[in-house]
Amino acid sequence: MSAGAELKQIKHKRRFSLSLSSKRSVVGLLFVLPFLIGFFAFIAYGIVTTVRMSLSDVIVAGATSGVELVWNNFDNFTRAFTIHPTFAETLGTSLLNMLIDVPLIIFFSLFMALFINQKFRGRTIVRAIFFMPVILGAPAIANALVSARSMMVGGVSPASPEIMTAITSSANVDVNYYLNMLGDLAIPPAFIGYIIGAVGRINTIITASGVQIVIFLAALQSIPPSVYEAAKIEGATPYETFWLITFPMVSPLILTNVVYTIIDSFANSPVVVLSYNTIFSEYNYGLGSVFSLVSSLAVCVVLIIVGIVMSRRIFYHT
Amino acid sequence: MFNVFKKIKEITDDPTFSSKRGHAERKARQWVYASFRAVIILGISYVILSPLIGIIASSFFSNADNYSPVVYLIPQNPTIERYQLAITRMDYWNVLVNMMIYVVGLTLIQLIICSMAGYGFARFNFPFKKILFACVIVTIVLPTHTIMYPLYTTFQTFNPLGLVGLFNQGNSVNLLGTTWPVIIMTLFGVGLRSGLYIFIFNQFFRGLPREIEEAAVIDGAGNIRTYLQIMLPNAAPALVTVAIFGVVWQYNDNFFGRLFNVSDSILLSRKISSLAATISNVDQVRDPAIATLYVYAGVVMMILPLLLIYVFLQKHLIEGIERSGIVG
Repeated sequence: MSAGAELKQIKHKRRFSLSLSSKRSVVGLLFVLPFLIGFFAFIAYGIVTTVRMSLSDVIVAGATSGVELVWNNFDNFTRAFTIHPTFAETLGTSLLNMLIDVPLIIFFSLFMALFINQKFRGRTIVRAIFFMPVILGAPAIANALVSARSMMVGGVSPASPEIMTAITSSANVDVNYYLNMLGDLAIPPAFIGYIIGAVGRINTIITASGVQIVIFLAALQSIPPSVYEAAKIEGATPYETFWLITFPMVSPLILTNVVYTIIDSFANSPVVVLSYNTIFSEYNYGLGSVFSLVSSLAVCVVLIIVGIVMSRRIFYHT
Repeated sequence: MFNVFKKIKEITDDPTFSSKRGHAERKARQWVYASFRAVIILGISYVILSPLIGIIASSFFSNADNYSPVVYLIPQNPTIERYQLAITRMDYWNVLVNMMIYVVGLTLIQLIICSMAGYGFARFNFPFKKILFACVIVTIVLPTHTIMYPLYTTFQTFNPLGLVGLFNQGNSVNLLGTTWPVIIMTLFGVGLRSGLYIFIFNQFFRGLPREIEEAAVIDGAGNIRTYLQIMLPNAAPALVTVAIFGVVWQYNDNFFGRLFNVSDSILLSRKISSLAATISNVDQVRDPAIATLYVYAGVVMMILPLLLIYVFLQKHLIEGIERSGIVG
């Protein structure tokens, strides 16, 4: 073969491979196209409107003509951070509560998913029971129940002080004695307090774990059984099997669950309630928009940090 | 003295002994583990079910039971009148059928659109991919009430790029009061919690081995065929999970239903929120404690279909997937 022909062939090859990768990027864009259109048409448009509202005095001009926006020189932002009595504090507590609950919920739901993924009698019923928090926590049913919650019979109250008095006063067992003993074992008091707080809020944690358990269950079920068989033949102990197979295989979904837990806790947090009330009870669209935007931005920053930190430890097939 | 140790060692080294002992030990360990698991599962099940037990028990209370101080959970004069009236006032069966068509349809759209987007983000490289994926995160995070007003006005005067105007003498259409706003938003991947579904699919696809896809490409399958015939069947657990969430949340959606004023003849969620008022005004049940019992009956009737769907999907789909071993 002459040198010229060979060169031509190489050139041809290179052009082909380039076009393949750009073709793949076009195909990829086509796959996400519906979402992109929706995002820019509805969400981005909504965000732009909200930003404009947050920078203006919003005057509701009557039923027919909608609203009028008057530029007010970042007045809403200064008011939110310097004049409003509770906003900064509420935002802080919301973020802090979120970070406290996330590890508890993730450990608890992974643990429970491992349990109910095993084979035992009555598994279908148990899975249905563990699915109940998802249904009971869904908006319509939750709202219908909230009005009647005070009259509920036979429920465990989520209030931790009650549980604490119940366990401290029962059967002459001095719980504090044992707690002090743990303290003497050089376990940091902050950690003990964290665990006791978690036990007191077990109801809240279980209710908040429904979705995560279902997601983990799906992750566990998508691990091919052949991998476990191979590990068994190689003589892996259950401990090794968990840390070397199960954990890496569900790790992408741990990120999903962390993200979901953060968002779920944010959606029910006091700061969102504050923003909602400011808009719909006080009709202060401008200030309410500032609350929403600032808190969403804060959560986005938290999510990005979590994403970057966790992505390094996650096992992907790439 | 040493003989004794020797003897013991002989006995313990005997293969029949050690296998018997190992067997007994394994059995005991399994038993301890199973009872530990049973205790934990029972305890947590109780915490989950306790409010529900109260609701179900109360929904059978007669008026006298509700006020009797000796009645706890088990009614003395059980009645199903609460259910009968709640079903009539909610127009339960008709609304349920309408609702199921609406919810299942929307969930199917969600599955198609969100799995496509998730796959696109998981396996393709294109310009600005990270920024575009950040858009997904923003969609998930942004509290929906923040963009309520813009969404409302968008659909009140719906005229994207003037396209509707071409067919309607230059006028926009008012889509409020119909199901179109929800359908359109779902079609374009920004329906109820779509961002979360995209994220779930993305993580799932990234967790699947690349080899299965490469094999398909080598066999000459195109991108769309790879997606439909290789990736989707392998992501079956994710599909089932998202389908379950999609049905439950769409079924329970209060937000879009109210914002777009979707007719309550297809939304049980709107029926249940007005049930207490209907019962007290139309049926003259003036006692809020008694009206609450009807709401309980309504809630039980609302939960039942969801629970049946979940058990069905879990039992037939997920366990089917486990058995057939599509995965891997």
